[in-house]
Amino acid sequence: MTQSTAVHGEKISLLRVLGPGHVWALGVGIVLVGEYMGWNFAVGKGGMIAALIACWVAGLLYTCVAMIDSEVTSTVAAAGGQYAQAKHIVGPLMAFNVGLYLVFAYTMLEAANAITLGYLVQTVGTMAGFSDVHDKPFIVLTIIFLAWLNYRGVYATLTVNLVLTAIAFIAILILFAAVKPWSNELLDHKALLNGLPYGWLGVIASLHFGLWYYLGIEGTCQAAEEVRSPARSLPLGTMTGIMTLLIAATMTWYVCSGLMPWEYLGQAVTPLFDAARLTNSMPLMVLLFVGTVFSTLASANGCINDASRAWFSMGRDRYLPIWFGAVHPTNRTPYRSIVFLVPVALVFAYFAPLDQVITFSILSGLLGYTYMSFNVILFRRKWPLGTIKRGYIHPFHPLPAIVLLVLCSVTYFAVFLGYGTQLVAMLVFFMVASLWFHFHRYQYVRRGDQFTMQWPRPQGY
Amino acid sequence: MNSFQLLEYGAWALSALLGLWMLFDMIKTNKAYDEDLLTSSKEGEIDDTLVIDPTHQGGHQ
Repeated sequence: MTQSTAVHGEKISLLRVLGPGHVWALGVGIVLVGEYMGWNFAVGKGGMIAALIACWVAGLLYTCVAMIDSEVTSTVAAAGGQYAQAKHIVGPLMAFNVGLYLVFAYTMLEAANAITLGYLVQTVGTMAGFSDVHDKPFIVLTIIFLAWLNYRGVYATLTVNLVLTAIAFIAILILFAAVKPWSNELLDHKALLNGLPYGWLGVIASLHFGLWYYLGIEGTCQAAEEVRSPARSLPLGTMTGIMTLLIAATMTWYVCSGLMPWEYLGQAVTPLFDAARLTNSMPLMVLLFVGTVFSTLASANGCINDASRAWFSMGRDRYLPIWFGAVHPTNRTPYRSIVFLVPVALVFAYFAPLDQVITFSILSGLLGYTYMSFNVILFRRKWPLGTIKRGYIHPFHPLPAIVLLVLCSVTYFAVFLGYGTQLVAMLVFFMVASLWFHFHRYQYVRRGDQFTMQWPRPQGY
Repeated sequence: MNSFQLLEYGAWALSALLGLWMLFDMIKTNKAYDEDLLTSSKEGEIDDTLVIDPTHQGGHQ
């Protein structure tokens, strides 16, 4: 069906077809690659025990994120997630910044995943005896193929993520069982655990990569406008997602720290695959290689989904040109935003070094988490319990918000220790972008149209 | 040329094909539909009765 003009009253919206399983797959799918690679650099920063402390401290940080996010997003059921929350609760300038954090965090993570996948294929080619093998064709193919999948429809995209993520998670469970954690047959923690070689400063420094265990779980709420029952599915998917990750992260640390010395583990590229190799089991090696590839694909796939929704929402509210706020009439996806972000991801994946790309992603995420701690306090103050319907109410308020803020502050210091220049550069970028938005872009925003929630007037206003 | 190089050329070709397909479809869609219709989505909207193309309502008919 084609039509050249809109009939009065006709609209095109995103498609509500997703369930809690898809929400789980979106959140865990983005993150699980962090268990397969990346988290282990925390071992290099502070040793085995520091990496475990970082795993649990970051776990606490992200449990706060998941609880806060579940409550707020169960009321603000809109694509854009935290961007839409910030718009309704804090104000336009905060929303613009949060939208940019989200797009940067996910696009950089997508680029990092594509680089990793290219590296894996290149490694396989080299191991198979081929000379002069290149990673670039596979980096480009990963980004364009997954963008195409996202372009075609959200249901297929996140069903693929569900399958990939489930297999990658099951692979970790099987590896954990295979190393017989109840015996010392394969694992030797007594000989390999090395205390705190760099003291407590090493523990703080390791927090930088401790985030990698969970970075992106907050992406679940980008699906808010595409789930059948947002008030139920979003909290359910997010909370089961963080539980899955806490289990996977602890298992991953336990297996790897019992098999490899910290000097190797601290700089390994694929620690879980290496752990499988150390068991001398070919089926386990194949399974963990498949898990590594699948988790990387699932992460890049979820990142394209989330970055495009955030960009689309900002376009729809005219925070960016309205052109980006279009929905495909048959695929029902934000097709222009998906296509626009492809070259952005390609440029970073093609030209930027992996550690820089990862650091920009972590920093953008961290800025978003800091905002969330303020956001939930304002949310409860402006709309106390009982004034609007919530799908989930997080316990012990305001303790999670305070814990989140404290942990974010410590993590900024941890990032500053290793990547101070990037931290300052990122903050300067967001300040310049804020000035552009305030003095130029905001004049195009239709101020009344952007607030769509049927909420009562906030207390004190 | 070894088989891995063939794989690399295949990856480039598939990337170009999918990229061009998306661009072609985007331009075709932009031309076929009114801009007001394409940008008519509203935040948080749960009413599916007004959307066009009823075959794509995800089981909500």
